[in-house]
Amino acid sequence: MHEMGVTTEVLRAVIDAGTAAGATRVNSVSITIGELTEIVPDALQFAWEALTPGTLAAGAVLNIRETGGRSVCLQCGAEFDHGRFDRRCTACESFATQVMVGDELMIDHIDVDVPDGDVEA
Amino acid sequence: MEIDLSRPILARNEALAEANRSRFATSKVFALDVLASPGAGKTTTILATITALRDRYRIAVIEGDIASKVDAEKVKAHGIPAVQINTGGACHLESDMISRALDALPLDDLDLLIIENVGNLVCPTEFDLGQGARVVILSVPEGHDKPLKYPGIFAAADAVLLNKVDAAGFFDFDEAEFVDSVRRLNGDAPIFRMSAKTGEGVDAWAEWLATRIEGSAAL
Repeated sequence: MHEMGVTTEVLRAVIDAGTAAGATRVNSVSITIGELTEIVPDALQFAWEALTPGTLAAGAVLNIRETGGRSVCLQCGAEFDHGRFDRRCTACESFATQVMVGDELMIDHIDVDVPDGDVEA
Repeated sequence: MEIDLSRPILARNEALAEANRSRFATSKVFALDVLASPGAGKTTTILATITALRDRYRIAVIEGDIASKVDAEKVKAHGIPAVQINTGGACHLESDMISRALDALPLDDLDLLIIENVGNLVCPTEFDLGQGARVVILSVPEGHDKPLKYPGIFAAADAVLLNKVDAAGFFDFDEAEFVDSVRRLNGDAPIFRMSAKTGEGVDAWAEWLATRIEGSAAL
């Protein structure tokens, strides 16, 4: 279950960034997981709930944005949406295609409480 | 307060993978990551590849397993330097494990480093090790439908080996179906039919690998 390792990396980055900002609490963490990766969002949620208690991110909501596959055909230039199992060009049926969207594993942003931090000067 | 991070989740693994890649480039070593499920014939394929190429290249092996040293012992018995990594439960190798293993190898005296990943078609997919190429081995008894169950690894492969073709008569393996489902995921990777046990088809695979080794040494 590699989602445990992936979640550990998310948590590490969140704690580093939250600590650097002087946060007292992390409210939410937003990440993007592409459909073409071998990462299962439900398993990430499970790991998040297991790993966060007792850390700065305790109780933080994990928001997972999922992106579907989208590729460009290197033969005819068409852009097309596709699922996990078939990246062939839907226009000209070429196998020579390149993924544009759907292979992301990104931490986008986090929302934290910082004493005095929410007061705009 | 919102803090924008916009960074890859696996940034730490990716940074160490790039550091490994630099070490390979400096020492002119080509690193091959070998991926397959348990029992597909990874170690037998590695030994057959060593037999085919050992007169031309200086080779070492990193063996990744959850536990045990049996694979490294098999390789060492053929007079090839081998380092065993025991992941202690982790289902894949990560770049920091490779980095530590490299410290135990004479990198400057090598041309080819073969990394046998943990037997698993899912977990290793997202973890770059700094390799020059990835090869996925599927064996005939596993069935032709595996690309439809583990698409990520077939999409990420630089080459695909169809192993145990000598046993094809005993299984309902639809090779055309297999090739088609790989192609729908990966337009580039050559597919080699072979039997690591009988030696059938090993030469064509070994020549492809030799071409990659020469290409990277010429950089």
